Amino acid sequence: MSKNTIENIIALSSDLRWKIGDDFHDGLAEGIYADASEIAGAAVSTDTQKKRFRLDAKIDKIVTSKTWGFPIMFLILGVILWLTIIGANYPSSMLAQLLLDTIHPILKGFAATIGMPWWLDGFLIDGVYLAVAWVIAVMLPPMAIFFPLFTLLEDFGYLPRVAFNLDYMFKKSGAHGKQALTMSMGFGCNAAGVVATRIIDSPRERLIAIITNNFSLCNGRWPTQILIATIFIGAVVPASFSSIASLSAVIGIAILGIFFMFFTSWVLTKTVLKGEVSTFNLELPPYRPPRFWKTIYTSLIDRTLIVLWRAILFAAPAGAVIWLISNIYIGNESIASWTINAMDGFGFLLGLNGVILLAYIVAIPANEIVIPTILMLTVMVSGIPGGEGAGVMFELDSVTATGDILRAGGWTLLTAINLMLFSLLHNPCSTTIYTIYKETKSIKWTTVASILPVIMGFVITFLVAQIWRLVF
Amino acid sequence: MDNKVSSACETCLQYNSKGLKKLGLNTENIDFVVALAGNPNTGKSTVFNALTGLRQHTGNWPGKTVVRAEGAFEYNDQKFKLVDLPGTYSLLSTSQDEEVARNFILFGKPDVTVIVVDASRLERNLNLVLQILEITDKAVLCLNLMDEAKRNNIKIDTRTLAKDLGVPVVPTSARFNEGIPDLIKTINEVATGKIICKPHRIKNVPKNIENAVKTLANEIEQQYPSIPNSRWIAFRLLEGDTHIIEALKTGELV
Repeated sequence: MSKNTIENIIALSSDLRWKIGDDFHDGLAEGIYADASEIAGAAVSTDTQKKRFRLDAKIDKIVTSKTWGFPIMFLILGVILWLTIIGANYPSSMLAQLLLDTIHPILKGFAATIGMPWWLDGFLIDGVYLAVAWVIAVMLPPMAIFFPLFTLLEDFGYLPRVAFNLDYMFKKSGAHGKQALTMSMGFGCNAAGVVATRIIDSPRERLIAIITNNFSLCNGRWPTQILIATIFIGAVVPASFSSIASLSAVIGIAILGIFFMFFTSWVLTKTVLKGEVSTFNLELPPYRPPRFWKTIYTSLIDRTLIVLWRAILFAAPAGAVIWLISNIYIGNESIASWTINAMDGFGFLLGLNGVILLAYIVAIPANEIVIPTILMLTVMVSGIPGGEGAGVMFELDSVTATGDILRAGGWTLLTAINLMLFSLLHNPCSTTIYTIYKETKSIKWTTVASILPVIMGFVITFLVAQIWRLVF
Repeated sequence: MDNKVSSACETCLQYNSKGLKKLGLNTENIDFVVALAGNPNTGKSTVFNALTGLRQHTGNWPGKTVVRAEGAFEYNDQKFKLVDLPGTYSLLSTSQDEEVARNFILFGKPDVTVIVVDASRLERNLNLVLQILEITDKAVLCLNLMDEAKRNNIKIDTRTLAKDLGVPVVPTSARFNEGIPDLIKTINEVATGKIICKPHRIKNVPKNIENAVKTLANEIEQQYPSIPNSRWIAFRLLEGDTHIIEALKTGELV
């Protein structure tokens, strides 16, 4: 084709565009709607005797009402978490018994019979195997309950109603209402939440949604929150209220995360990401009764196992690293001890300790392994009996025993509260950071999204620690 | 995946599951490329799963699919690659998910475009359907969520609809696998040219715009006699769509 004629066509088009004026877009859109209405009118017939969508409208009136919208939202979240916490306990301890108390000794015994050198045996069985086993025992049961429940809710059509309820607050904070949907996805996995921000058209609002997604407590962090709340928060109140108290603490942290998400969005729109809030149409889809068994099956096979597999992939090398830093000595002390001692002072300022900070560094690839790392390191530095040796990650038989270890390591209620806060407010895991880079293609914004939450975590835990020490 | 009988059709001799092989992710040596387009939340991913045997995550909220998912199936020894596009209400604006959908239909030149619509919200869905029919002349309308339409006492005369739109119309309830065999058969027939579509072209356009479009479309057709969507390109040029102007210059459209 000759360039000339193409230029001619383009020139002709701008000529004609000038002649038509501004009406083109609207004229065409109206034309399409008129055609659509004619065609639909000829083909569709409705039984007008019966009212359409009556039940849907009724449900919507309640779940999106000003009075009941929020209480219902929190109630649903509470019920899902409660079922997860209560339901996961039993299978978790069964798995722990099988993988840690039964299979681990068998492996050790086998290694001894074939005369495996101590360092290889330690590296593979006490490092890699135990980390993987712990992740399976702790993560599989809550995920196998949480994901299907969440998917059922999603299939039913509740998520867009959440977006509808929260829209006003998003608008106030200068963010896009669809961020409610990406935030909800973040409660499962932040990396998934970041990918989901593609539904937001405006680059400014999309960036806000990406940066603040980390404030949705992800699946890797729920177990930490639940365990620490059960041990420390549940113990402050009489036994009959302990599960309610720990449940409220976990929900409180999740809501605090939502608050930080709004707050950060607001700060960003007032400073580096100024701009108008764009309007959008949100379609409230009809409620659809989920296909129960199919949903359970697919969410177990797809979501649960895929996330678990990822956790295992990251836990295996992390377990190896933990074993190595605890067993390689520089002078009289292991690398782990050196780092812990070096960070203890800073940790104290934050109401945490060096162990927790080191655990968070080791756990950058996967948040799931924070607790086992903390336990192992605590046993190692405080020299309390109960562990299985340097660099051996373990799971204690009961929640009480875990609590005893932590208290012996100098933990107080403040440490627990600040750990929960820091678990909410710290850098995203490596997968999420990589996903943010892929989505934004910007080193600058990836750095902001990674560093900002840690700084907030430091500030918040520091403030809480100082006030706490003044009061108590 | 599951071999359970989930509709009465599967027990029937006429049922064509013998000719159907779900190939999952195996998209090698493909004979035809099929695109799945439609409004958000009309069940595209459910149709996709039903055809490929994959388990692309589905959910009842608009905007769930943001990336292109691909899968494949084999029917009567011919391999079809299926591309699940993000749901869009229109192809006239420029958000990222809309661009993914539009670019694929326009530049990917699928052999068949299956437009999935919500049967109980047909009129609203037709907005996108009419735009797609301006771009491609090999399309199948998948009238999905028939179960919901039935529950809401909505009846659709599929023959009238097919005549007006000029493309085959297949009613389905993809969640329950109903109508899927019929859909596969129809896709095959459009792909192999057994069914020739005569897609509807937008009629109710104001006179001055229609005249401009005609002039421009004629000019484009003289340059590119084989182009199937000169009218749609004319629409976009009149809108001042820089992406299309660019594509015209580089010859990507032909």
